[in-house]
Amino acid sequence: MTTITRIAAPSACICSVDAVTDPQTPPVTPPVAPPAAAPSASRLLDPFAVDPALGEWRRVSSRYLWVDLLGGLFGTVVFTAISSIPFWLSGVVWLLVIPAVVLVTGLIIAAFVPRRVRAIGYQLRADDFLVRRGIMFQRFAAVPYGRMQLVDINRGPLDRALGLAELKLVTAASASNVAVPGLPMADAEALRDRLVELAESRRAGL
Amino acid sequence: MTDRAGARRFVREAENLADGEWHRLHPATPLLRGGFAFVAIVGFVIANLRERILDFFVGGRPAYAGGGDPLDLIVERGLIPLALLAVLVILLIVIAIFWLSWRVHSFRITDELVEVRSGILFRTNRRGRLDRIQGINVGRPLFARLFGAARLDINVAGHDANVQLAYLSGRNADALRHVILKLASGTRDAESRARDAGATAPEHDGSLGGIVSQRAREFLAPEYSAVHRDAELAPTSVVAMHTGRLLGATVLHDRTVIFVLLVITGIVLASLAHAFFVLFGVVPLLFGVGSQIVRRFSRSLRYTIAATPDGVRVGYGLLSTSNETLPPGRIHSIEIQQPLLWRPAGWWEVRINLAAHSDRQEGGRRTSTILPVGSRAEVFAVLELVFPEIVDAGVRAHLEAGLSRATPGDGFTTSPRRAVVLRWFSWRRNGFTLEPAAVLLRRGAIWRSLVLVPTARMQSVSLHQGPLLRMLRLADVHVHTVTGPIRATLGALDAADATRFFREVAASGVVAAAVDRSHRWAAHPATPTSRPLSGGAA
Repeated sequence: MTTITRIAAPSACICSVDAVTDPQTPPVTPPVAPPAAAPSASRLLDPFAVDPALGEWRRVSSRYLWVDLLGGLFGTVVFTAISSIPFWLSGVVWLLVIPAVVLVTGLIIAAFVPRRVRAIGYQLRADDFLVRRGIMFQRFAAVPYGRMQLVDINRGPLDRALGLAELKLVTAASASNVAVPGLPMADAEALRDRLVELAESRRAGL
Repeated sequence: MTDRAGARRFVREAENLADGEWHRLHPATPLLRGGFAFVAIVGFVIANLRERILDFFVGGRPAYAGGGDPLDLIVERGLIPLALLAVLVILLIVIAIFWLSWRVHSFRITDELVEVRSGILFRTNRRGRLDRIQGINVGRPLFARLFGAARLDINVAGHDANVQLAYLSGRNADALRHVILKLASGTRDAESRARDAGATAPEHDGSLGGIVSQRAREFLAPEYSAVHRDAELAPTSVVAMHTGRLLGATVLHDRTVIFVLLVITGIVLASLAHAFFVLFGVVPLLFGVGSQIVRRFSRSLRYTIAATPDGVRVGYGLLSTSNETLPPGRIHSIEIQQPLLWRPAGWWEVRINLAAHSDRQEGGRRTSTILPVGSRAEVFAVLELVFPEIVDAGVRAHLEAGLSRATPGDGFTTSPRRAVVLRWFSWRRNGFTLEPAAVLLRRGAIWRSLVLVPTARMQSVSLHQGPLLRMLRLADVHVHTVTGPIRATLGALDAADATRFFREVAASGVVAAAVDRSHRWAAHPATPTSRPLSGGAA
């Protein structure tokens, strides 16, 4: 299920302005946070890690852990089954090494899921939207509100079962690729409306 | 015969085309669009009937007999009148379809948008917003050029989102481009002086000789039609393309060198292995690459770039020409690069990213190369043309440094020494500098390149760090611009520098976007209505 909100459509931003006053949406922080702000957890764990924005990150729902975990385990099972086909066909025992490696890799990845979910964060700053993903492979992205062309809300079957949604921002650059998974549905809609409203107020050319 | 009056007449005519009502295209449009197909079919039929026609006129006996050829049956049974009637009916139907498709193909241009509707069975309707125009291209494929017709491609932001007016008479196309850009720029009221009563002298006297000489003039110098002789619009190319240099540049380009090396390796390997049949598989590929190199060369022979009040005009093409106007602020990033063998000659190639992409592969295809080959001075002339508000003295110094060997204190923040494991040769050059209005990324020691992204055009910025980079205390930064040949990324920077880059670029992008008015580039009093014409800088 995908809900797309085109920012260019003027009606899109007026549809539910009430949701903007949702307590989930805190007052936006100034664009440059004071340097005295507390460094985030990953900063303390790893002095070499980068953390360009010293503001407070908002986390996604902890229920998203199950989406990521079940999705990952499902993939692991499927790939293990596929990679064991050579063994079933030939009967050569050492070919079992392939599915074993796939299974172990999948389980290791799954073991990091809780940390990875905790590492997903976003910030609504005064003029741009900030997203971070990943622990091993960290990615920070800043999207100015005026650059957003669309805001998508995507919900997979697992998301729907847990009442979650993924928010995706589309700019004129395909490389931007900014998505926040694991938001409770009400939060996602409020955030979308807030983002659309901010984008409208800071509308810029391409 | 006054060219100025003629030009004014065409501008007025084009303004009539842009009055918001529906208008039709050039009557020869279906023929020009289906031109080659039509000629090919007729040629095919004639080639097949050649002997028959010869027999008919010469009156000899049939060279071949029987064998179930329908034509023989027709001749033998005396059905010639019926067959001729059938041909006539088919011709009439084709003409009727052509006429109908011309009737239903119409366009209109209002203050806000340009709209085209077409199609008999499957109706299509396409509209583009004028403030989203990324460029207007006047394309003249060879076949249309012979008839003095031109195609107007209005590129609107988006993938394959161009609105095409094909075909218009050549002069109308030039004048209409001017009018559309004027509408898009938001200066309609200020510039309505074109409506004043002027002498409406015809541009040719109507005689056959007049028409022929006008066609010949347009064919020889298509960028130089009457409209552009209007003093306001007279563009002077800032770069003169010398054939010798272009030839040298084409031969020494990486593409050509790799192509030749591949051909030689293929021949050597095939002859060593006595397996010449292998070559047959590669031949189509070689033909493809080779013809592309030749096409690039011939396209660039008549290259021009000039400033007009509505933006930069880039002209290409020898037989089929294209002539694209890019309004200010439509260039999302620019890359100056140097193929390895060009360095002794000091030549550079300049490419751009634009928000509009056209999938069409025809003669008037838009290009991402804005300068096929040029000296350093010409590169700067082009940069000053496309980014007049960015390239000042300070930026110029940094651009100079960006094209040169890295020296300490040249203004670039470069990778630290420990990045040598990732950037073996280029770690000294690999760096960035942040200007108020642009980000400069310098890369490569062997293949030098410099990317400039105006902060007002930047879409977003990101910072990446994987395990290996973290061990080395390095990070990658990406500046996201619209899709194109240029990727504005910089790897293996010091983590602290990368963090600073991310923060400052994110902040300056917001500031630049807030003051940017280029979607209606002339409407805002802060931006100058007409950009200075820089003439003869080359």
